[in-house]
Amino acid sequence: MTKLTTDDIFKLAKLSNILVTELEAKELVGEIEVVLNYVGQLQKLDLANTEPTYQVTGLSNVMRPDEEVDYKISTEDLLKNVPETENNYIKVRRVL
Amino acid sequence: MSQWQDIDLIVSGVTSGQTTALSLVEKSLKTIEDKSDYDAIISVIKDRAIERAKLIDAKIVSGEKVGRLAGVPFIAKDNMLTFGSETTAASNILKGFVAPYQATVIEKLEAEGAICVAKANLDAFAHGSSTENSDFMTTKNPHNKKLVPGGSSGGSAAAVILDMAPFALGSDTGGSIRLPASFCGAVGFKPTYGLVSRNGVIAMASSTDVIGPITKNVRDAAIVLEVIAGQDPLDSTTIGLDSYNFTPNSYKLKGKTIGVIKEFKNSDISKSVQQKFDHTIEILKSLGVKVIEVSFPLIEYSLACYYIIAPAEISSNLSRYDGIKYGFADSNATTLSELYNQTRSLGFGMEAKRRIMLGTYVLSSGYYDAYYNQAQKLRTKLIEEYDQAFRKCDFIITPTSPDVAFEIGKNVDDNMKMYLTDVLTVGASLVGIPAISIPANVGNDLPIGIQIMAGQKHDADLINFASAIGGSI
Repeated sequence: MTKLTTDDIFKLAKLSNILVTELEAKELVGEIEVVLNYVGQLQKLDLANTEPTYQVTGLSNVMRPDEEVDYKISTEDLLKNVPETENNYIKVRRVL
Repeated sequence: MSQWQDIDLIVSGVTSGQTTALSLVEKSLKTIEDKSDYDAIISVIKDRAIERAKLIDAKIVSGEKVGRLAGVPFIAKDNMLTFGSETTAASNILKGFVAPYQATVIEKLEAEGAICVAKANLDAFAHGSSTENSDFMTTKNPHNKKLVPGGSSGGSAAAVILDMAPFALGSDTGGSIRLPASFCGAVGFKPTYGLVSRNGVIAMASSTDVIGPITKNVRDAAIVLEVIAGQDPLDSTTIGLDSYNFTPNSYKLKGKTIGVIKEFKNSDISKSVQQKFDHTIEILKSLGVKVIEVSFPLIEYSLACYYIIAPAEISSNLSRYDGIKYGFADSNATTLSELYNQTRSLGFGMEAKRRIMLGTYVLSSGYYDAYYNQAQKLRTKLIEEYDQAFRKCDFIITPTSPDVAFEIGKNVDDNMKMYLTDVLTVGASLVGIPAISIPANVGNDLPIGIQIMAGQKHDADLINFASAIGGSI
């Protein structure tokens, strides 16, 4: 059985770039624990000699020719959705 | 009676001049407005739809080619990029987002003359089974407003049954087309993984996400699928088929074999659903279909497998919502890290946050092998089990959902219980096979969906079979 604490939730939230309040963390402990304990039942299966499947139709390394493609999307339209721009650049907050 | 004819009849009406694309669009828009209290629609694409309808009508007058779906109005789930209105995925973080390009499925439908009139509600980012996780509103079931329509494509399925348009598009990651089709009494088709391009559709779990039609009958679903299927250079997971002819034709049920999953008999299926399912099996037998029992010893683990893989892929796909390139951004942030954290905390609903954190957990160092990799290994075993079953039978049949539509609010405080709604549908998603939900119980109480699955790339066989039995159950 997996037991979580609010500290575990704060750590997960940090890794996920999400802020949670003390109250939310308390609720999330139980909500995430119940799912982890449910999905944890897979651990009792012996699959040591089984290869994982990540892609179900067997495709791998689908490439296109290394040529310029015109997607007919204007820079202007793309920039319309950007929260902050300056002189056709995307503005990003300072790191520190 | 529906106000819409079958799709092929609508198209011949438009091309022969009996009706106009404009009158169809107006009829659709009026129904959407009249039935707005069901909260099935997030936004209406009015101006663009009318403009496109007039263009099609003008082409018909001048004798130009108009396409296989000329003048047919449709509704897209709001996780598909479209022109003419916002695309939000029913999330606050994408509120106000204006798509700079359209999804391949939308482009393909438009190229054949179909007209997108509205965007349908969903659980935000398609995370859910009831539309109650929509950041905006909960869609009501067309049969009873106190009940959910199923999810996540609940707005799409409700819209079709409310007669807002002849067809709608949904997306299905673990059952999101089939479950609402079942709860609302529609046909919902989940194609083989990769048959339909996902370019321009907001990603949930990329290894199982598919796009498919929700319609009133199997034939209409096939006609829509014929238009949207095909390889796309913009979605490298799309597969090629020898034939893209899905429209059902004369089909012999006699001699076909259908498998009933032995292990599901003991699981939690409601009495009314079990009775309807048993009755369906009897009908199939009377139609000459051979019914056998197939065993899936590991199938009881498929839901656990899905709820590791899906959150893992969700946590990765949702990392792009950072308040920088598009979508909501918290203007109070001063540093980059604050911007990420505050934007995501304010912009995501609780279900998205839960799934992101769950996914982060199962992918994190120390837990990766125990959860994520173990699930992907089980997936290999599940594929083997399905392969073995399809050596013994042509199709596999189950109810689509363990129960009929539930009350709004009943499961919102119990996320695990909500997840269990998907127990019968996640299998087909994990192994990438086609599956269809067709309505049984028509005219009685609440709709019950019957799910039929076929082997990978046997989409046309599955449609033929479903079409042949569709009117009988």
